[in-house]
Amino acid sequence: MPILSLTIWLPILAGLVIIALGNAFARPAALGVAVLTFLISLGLWFGFDTTTAEMQFRESIAWLPAFDVNYSLGVDGISMPLIVLTTLINIIVVISAWEVIKDRIALYLGAFQVMTGLMVGVFSALDAILFYIFFEATLIPMFLIIGIWGGPRRVYATIKFFLYTFLGSVFMLVALIYLYRVGDSFSILGMHTLELGARQQFWIFLAFFAAFAVKIPMWPVHTWLPDAHVEAPTAGSAVLAAIMLKMGGYGFLRFSLPIVPDASGELGGYMIAISLVAVVYIGFVALAQQDMKKLIAYSSISHMGFVTLGTFIAFMLIGKGDVDGAALGLEGAMMQMVSHGFISAAMFLCVGVIYDRMHTREIADYGGVMNVMPKFGAFMVFFAMANAGLPGTSGFVGEFMVILASFKANFWLAFLGAMTLILGAAYTLWMVKRVLFGEVANDNVAALTDVTSREFWMLAALAFFVLLLGLWPDLLANVMHASVENLVQHISIPKY
Amino acid sequence: MDNLAIATPEIFMLVATCVVLVVSLFINENNRTIIYWSSQATLLVTLLLAFSQIGDEAMTAFEGAYGLDAMSTVLKSWILIVSIGGFLYSRDYINERKIARGEYYVLGLFGITGMMIMVSAINMLTLYLGLELLALSLYAMVALYRDNSDASEAAMKYFVLGALASGMLLYGMSMIYGATGSLGLSSIHDILAGKTDQSVGARFGLTFVIVGIAFKLGAVPFHMWVPDVYDGAPTCVTLFIGTAPKIAAFAMIIRLLVDGLETLSVDWQRMLAILAALSMVVGNLLAIAQTNLKRMLAYSTISHVGFLLLGIIAANPEGYSASMFYAITYAFTTLAAFGVLLALSRGGYEAVHLSDLAGLAKRNMLLASVMMIAMISLAGVPPMVGFYAKLVVLKAAVGADFLWLAIVGVAMSVVGAFYYLRIIKLMFFDEPIVPVSAAASPDVSAGLAINGAAVVLLGVFPGLIMTACVAAFS
Repeated sequence: MPILSLTIWLPILAGLVIIALGNAFARPAALGVAVLTFLISLGLWFGFDTTTAEMQFRESIAWLPAFDVNYSLGVDGISMPLIVLTTLINIIVVISAWEVIKDRIALYLGAFQVMTGLMVGVFSALDAILFYIFFEATLIPMFLIIGIWGGPRRVYATIKFFLYTFLGSVFMLVALIYLYRVGDSFSILGMHTLELGARQQFWIFLAFFAAFAVKIPMWPVHTWLPDAHVEAPTAGSAVLAAIMLKMGGYGFLRFSLPIVPDASGELGGYMIAISLVAVVYIGFVALAQQDMKKLIAYSSISHMGFVTLGTFIAFMLIGKGDVDGAALGLEGAMMQMVSHGFISAAMFLCVGVIYDRMHTREIADYGGVMNVMPKFGAFMVFFAMANAGLPGTSGFVGEFMVILASFKANFWLAFLGAMTLILGAAYTLWMVKRVLFGEVANDNVAALTDVTSREFWMLAALAFFVLLLGLWPDLLANVMHASVENLVQHISIPKY
Repeated sequence: MDNLAIATPEIFMLVATCVVLVVSLFINENNRTIIYWSSQATLLVTLLLAFSQIGDEAMTAFEGAYGLDAMSTVLKSWILIVSIGGFLYSRDYINERKIARGEYYVLGLFGITGMMIMVSAINMLTLYLGLELLALSLYAMVALYRDNSDASEAAMKYFVLGALASGMLLYGMSMIYGATGSLGLSSIHDILAGKTDQSVGARFGLTFVIVGIAFKLGAVPFHMWVPDVYDGAPTCVTLFIGTAPKIAAFAMIIRLLVDGLETLSVDWQRMLAILAALSMVVGNLLAIAQTNLKRMLAYSTISHVGFLLLGIIAANPEGYSASMFYAITYAFTTLAAFGVLLALSRGGYEAVHLSDLAGLAKRNMLLASVMMIAMISLAGVPPMVGFYAKLVVLKAAVGADFLWLAIVGVAMSVVGAFYYLRIIKLMFFDEPIVPVSAAASPDVSAGLAINGAAVVLLGVFPGLIMTACVAAFS
């Protein structure tokens, strides 16, 4: 059974049908599709062979033979967890929109289903053009979601989001075409083994950097993210943070590192530097935010700084001959991506829960919410702790692995990276303190009602996964081992 | 007999057009729809005739003046398909405005005949005749709005500049004739290939031919007429000018530059590279400043001409088929966009300003969706067919070591994305200014729906057209 194709096309086609059928059955239909997609994608998880770094669940059809473009799919330990994460978050998204979205619900849920399929496509494409198509096509539903259901400055935010990411990725397209010219194939795996000179690698690296650094996003091309997050509807923010940012991190691992390892190594120092800027400087920026969503958005950028730090610290360690350390850094980066997917989605949903009641995201408008919404408060404290990297939650695992790897490379890098444990705790917990604790701030807060059972189970599910990965990280790490080791081996051999 | 068999579609078309012309003289006001239906029937039968020729082996006729090959049959079919759509979308617009209704169709049919002749011409004289038949029909069509000063001005400009361009082209052709002693494109090719030192006369002629082509295509810096004509002409005529003639112009380039002057490719590559870069930059940047939809689409056309040229610049079969794909897909994507504008320009209302599209999603979801698909496709965002068109021409350009052109192209396509997105923003995110639902006739709605679906489906299955484009140059 072509599991990957099913996971891609079922939500896309079903999403289009939902849009066409209209609002009447949109909710149950979308939920059914989301659950079914998730169940199918579980086949990937359970059928996965963790002992090999080879691509699994391969599918390949000649798509445009005249131009050597193939519809070829496959997953390894790097992409498979992200696919399952995508389909899982999709269920939460449908549930989160259930009563909240009243305007054009079919279009809303349909767009999310289409986007889910496209994002799965991004993670499973093994043909560069196919990858690019999925990568870019995700912009369209997100553009509409932010633009139609977003906040007051939604138009500005959504056009900025689209153009920023589009500008980044067109240069990647040129690089991919150039790689085709060199290697006569659009196969991503074929590109991995391409012999490339220093100058070629340099420019190709920059082109990939333009695409993925904007997507993930790295400082200083991050400015679209706070705008997009603040204006997007709750579920839009959740998907943006949980999955779309990961497309950037995944791009580094799938394209930049294996295709241009030498340039990645040479420019790795700069990458580490701007990653640390993201971790430290953006952490301080987050501290100053008045708007909860903006704060979480900056916190996302800071956490993504950890992903790029872990990715590029690998080269320093390989330079020192520490292959295990390099694998630790890369694995930490990937753990961080998956974990951040759950935690950031949960944080945005928490904000969504109280935003739906109060229609304000300003921290100053809240205070003492814990008194009237104890269940909600418990969840929010838990996710805030996870966001700050409390041991026992998934947030800790990735950060710890990356810091450990940094330590092996250089004490001061590790020191700066570890600042996030302080800064993350500071901005997250301070926000929680101002929103949840203290006296009930005003009448509006006093009138709040606690979470409904829909909201409860939605947050409980996320909490379950945050705890699961925090207490049993090997569950995920085990899947990644073979692929990461293979990647480390690949990038430690110079191409010229 | 063979001679006539090759030209069956054109002969039928010409005869049928003359019949329509004569019939239209005797039809009273109330039965005008007969002209519409007989025009569509003419196009449909011609399409069947042209379609049945696909796959025939290449032949020449009329002493080497006219030819049939894989490229011409495919391009003719697409010209006819796009024209059928164009007439469908224009019908209600013309009926409401009572602008010389019969003449629109008859002139249009003559223009289409001209395009078909251009596509099949393998002799410079035939090519010129086809081009002039097209151009003269277009001049008259732009002027259909006799009592509208904008339209008259546009027609005058178009005529003067068009005549100048034709003159340039003819002058270039005469120089080439002087250098080679032949009008037949394939013999010009052979004569030039046989010479060890390239003739100065032929190159001199080439320069003028390029100027003529650039004028007709609307490539910068010969683009001045495009916005004025697009804006001044009645929208139904803008649609006609903006779609099928682009396919014919592509064929003209292939005939002249590739079939005839391929040995001078190093020379025309350089000239076209400058034209392409300028067109992409100027077209996209100026489109941003437009508040008039038709002018915006005019500048967008200019930028797309730049992309179209990218494939030809590659000067290899892969590039030619890429450009062919671009021309065909561009024509029917633009067709959808103008179709929506025409559907909106009803009840004495004219959709010309950007704000006329505001809140369209709330007024008519189908029209808004089709327009959105067309805009995304023109912006070159996957999964629409416009992405594939851009991909293949970029690939051809990179393959021919024009990396800088490809980079200019993609950078400019981001600029382009801005004004296409602005239209989507107006339709989907803004509230309608006139909150009345916008209804289109059922057949027009169906046509637009098919047109929009084709833009998406051909993006997912580009092989459907691409195979024919590749076969045309193999």
